[in-house]
Amino acid sequence: MAIAATVGEHHDEQSFIRRYIFSTDHKIIGIQFLFTSLVFLLVGGVMALLIRWQLAYPGQAVPGGDPVSPKFYNSLVTMHGTVMVFFAVMPLLVGVYSNYLIPLKLGAPDMAFPRLNMLSFWIFVSAGIVAMASLWVEGGAAGAGWTAYPPLSGAPRYSGVSLGQQMWIISVLLFGASSLLGSVNYITTVINMRAPGMTLFRMPLSIWSLFITAILALLAVPVLAAAVIMLLFDQTLGTTFFLPADGGQPLLWQHLFWFFGHPEVYILILPAMGIVSDIIANGSRKPVFGYHSMVYAIITIAFLGWIVWGHHMFQSGMNPLLGTTFMISTMAIAIPSAIKVFNWLGTIWRGNIRFHTPMLFAVGFVALFTVGGLSGIFMASSSVDIFIHDTYFIVAHIHYVLFGGSLMAAFAAIYFWFPKMFGKMMNEKWGAIHFLLTFISYNLAFFPMHLLGMGGHMRRIADPTMYEFLQPLQPLNRFITISVFLLFVAQLPFVVNLFWSLFRGKKAPLNPWDDNGLEWTVPSPAPHGNFAVTPTVYRGPYEFSNPLVEEDYWPQNAPPNGREGKAATIGAES
Amino acid sequence: MSQSTNEAVVMTGGVSAEPGMRVYNQKLGMWVFLASEVMFFTGLIGAYIILRFGTDAWALPGIPLEEGGTPLAIQLTALNTFLLICSSVTMVKAFAAIEHGDQKGLRLFLVLTVLLGATFVGVQVFEYIQLAHEGFLPRCAEELAAVVPNCNLFGSTFYTMTGFHGTHVSIGVLCLIWVTVKAFRGAYSRENHGGVEVVGLYWHFVDLVWIILFTIVYLI
Amino acid sequence: MDWLPAAASTYAADLDRIFYVILAITGVIFVGVEATLLYFLIKYRGREGRKATYIAGSNKAEVIWTVTPAIIIVGLAVASQGVWSKVKNPDRFPTDALELRIEARQFAWGITYPGADGQLGTEDDFQRFNELHVPVDKPVVFELTSVDVVHSFFVPELRIKQDAVPGLNLKAWFQATQVGEYEIACAELCGVGHTVMRARMFVHPRDEFQRWVTEQSEGS
Repeated sequence: MAIAATVGEHHDEQSFIRRYIFSTDHKIIGIQFLFTSLVFLLVGGVMALLIRWQLAYPGQAVPGGDPVSPKFYNSLVTMHGTVMVFFAVMPLLVGVYSNYLIPLKLGAPDMAFPRLNMLSFWIFVSAGIVAMASLWVEGGAAGAGWTAYPPLSGAPRYSGVSLGQQMWIISVLLFGASSLLGSVNYITTVINMRAPGMTLFRMPLSIWSLFITAILALLAVPVLAAAVIMLLFDQTLGTTFFLPADGGQPLLWQHLFWFFGHPEVYILILPAMGIVSDIIANGSRKPVFGYHSMVYAIITIAFLGWIVWGHHMFQSGMNPLLGTTFMISTMAIAIPSAIKVFNWLGTIWRGNIRFHTPMLFAVGFVALFTVGGLSGIFMASSSVDIFIHDTYFIVAHIHYVLFGGSLMAAFAAIYFWFPKMFGKMMNEKWGAIHFLLTFISYNLAFFPMHLLGMGGHMRRIADPTMYEFLQPLQPLNRFITISVFLLFVAQLPFVVNLFWSLFRGKKAPLNPWDDNGLEWTVPSPAPHGNFAVTPTVYRGPYEFSNPLVEEDYWPQNAPPNGREGKAATIGAES
Repeated sequence: MSQSTNEAVVMTGGVSAEPGMRVYNQKLGMWVFLASEVMFFTGLIGAYIILRFGTDAWALPGIPLEEGGTPLAIQLTALNTFLLICSSVTMVKAFAAIEHGDQKGLRLFLVLTVLLGATFVGVQVFEYIQLAHEGFLPRCAEELAAVVPNCNLFGSTFYTMTGFHGTHVSIGVLCLIWVTVKAFRGAYSRENHGGVEVVGLYWHFVDLVWIILFTIVYLI
Repeated sequence: MDWLPAAASTYAADLDRIFYVILAITGVIFVGVEATLLYFLIKYRGREGRKATYIAGSNKAEVIWTVTPAIIIVGLAVASQGVWSKVKNPDRFPTDALELRIEARQFAWGITYPGADGQLGTEDDFQRFNELHVPVDKPVVFELTSVDVVHSFFVPELRIKQDAVPGLNLKAWFQATQVGEYEIACAELCGVGHTVMRARMFVHPRDEFQRWVTEQSEGS
């Protein structure tokens, strides 16, 4: 357990390696996750480009290379999903922001278990290395989808892939271990290490969502671990858990995988929702509308998320009555999500909006998540799902919530906490350009996928032109591909801005966004040990435009005497 | 690093944290970790239940092997289960001892727990070897598969569940050895024995999982 | 352009109706939310001398926007259930149907026809690959399975989709309403040939179908 004073004393004597490579400081670990996930985001993005190339110009050689073979295409769709879910989005939201924000926003000096935290990051890196290495082994990388349905994934004779699928499993297991260590840390820290006055209902929604997400991950990931272990045994030990000869059940995998898989998608979206709540309140200079409802909505989504998994299996041959129960629970989960969207609108209503870059992305999140959430209603209807299951309608939905949702929130978070992380400001003008180009090209790329799905365009097929009924849709495929390329290029201003600002950015003040969180009361970048003196919290996190104070914000630890403006904040001027 | 049971984490400035669950970090962390372990075993055991009850025949206890009964050694494993339960009792006594500052009691009962736990693992390994000789494996030998219904499925599920449990027990034994060594070096006191408590929690959990496994894999 | 393929089965129109109802409802909500968002962003943009209104929330608003979506959702679930049950519940499949057996494999569809005697499982059954022939305006019930991995039988115009799972014999049905030629696609990733797992479906006028069956039976 880190006590700030003691750790602070040792810190100056630590080598570069101890301070920045094998660091136990939650902030450094968060930053490590940041750069690692961005690299994987790039890798996943390149895979997407190759997929889109093949779809738009089937059989044509990739510029400067060979045509994408059907086998490689299957590996691409598999690894694109795997990389984006496990190695880009989840670490970008959870790995970065659970680590960076939880102790800072709660007034703690570090996580409950700093060394386990460090272990979590390095295990994550090893998981990523194994996954990437699988692209080069004989037989190629896993090619059964990120969902790895057996028997295709369970026996090399079906997929042509052996070592690649096994490495996929190993990397998932390593990732699971990393996630587990993280969850234990996040949960313990949130429960036990809040500064005096930081009651649960004074925690910012970002922390609430990261806390609930950690509980989801804690309980869901082990089920995935059990499933992939059984799959690995099927592949290597001759067991038959999922192979029908000798009593195995392919559907058993689907139940196990989606029992994990559905909570997993809420793991991917809840942190985004929490972060966006913080930033919209800040940008609107208003409290979050309905803070308590927002908390209950997060908890309800997390709870309901355990009983909807069957909606991924409506057409699998399950008992239709079971399908009905899953339809009901799936429809129900739309309700807390809708509540959140209305509360975000309520937060902006009668605000005094600052359009800083984080606010642009946060608002973009609301706009795009609404589309993703509404499209989900189509597939919640088990009958409509008969038609749209395994079509591009699903792909559209997934990407609206994962990119339009999670990734937009990740961008918002990166711009928002960059000053505290690095002590520099990112360029606002280029941030706005990044937002605009991304928002436009994103919609051009993904909205038409709803139309493809309506036309019956299946998922994961390497050559749509084989089907007469898909040929009229091919111009759409080409349009989407071009838009995806534009979307990829639109990230260039972001990358340049990020790196340029690291070295040449304007020096960041203590609290550039006039925010109320405890992290803004310590210097930028935040120092090792975080708080020179443990803060005491006197109010909630969203006291913007409170009539009791002159400024339009009121930090959580500012003294309780209002009407005197921004009273001296603990440690603020140091 | 250990704290006595009821003190919350103390941070700088002598100001105590907002009361959480009034359980120190390591203990809370262990409970949280154990929740994930429950889900892991639920995945394996749930799979076993679904697979077994999806078949039309299973090797039942109380029926001779030649007539399609279970190849598992129920009596030996019942004794082994008793030993594991005893080890939980000695673990409780070790913890109770150090709660009263009784160093000798702590050391004695920790050593007993280690011995009982190691014996459990040893007996399991012995059973595995016996079963393998008979041809009971994740892929059963032909002669056995001819007699035992769904032998491959039984073997697959049996070894996976008990194997992972056995691994957890072995890790527990290693942790217990470490804690025992520390106990002999006087690392624990009446005020400071979180390590004992936390290892104890893990050990009880492992015992509980075994009771469930023994019941549904051997007895039913 | 009609984005949904032309409806060519008895339940296609019912399914489409639910689709359009959801489209209408979500369309209205979409326009409403986005317009409101845009409006607020413009109206409440920050200006000198202005302050935001300090409001924490409104219980009344929370109730309204919880209950209203709940009502809509219940309505949609009820509306969907009818079609779902009609299409997927084996107890409600039409009797007096043509019975077929379809076996999916990497990477083709094997269809077994009952032959001239109209009975599946008799001597005059015959099998064809990648050609599904059915009569118009007559229900067809088929047993679907796979000999290797999970596939999925999908004919867009009929609005039929059913996974083919090895080890399971799943039943599905449809009644084609338009004479013509359609494509069958595989809608579950099944290996390197997933994209070429295309078959043709022919919906014949009744007498033409009978002639075809007789021809095929004689030929085989």
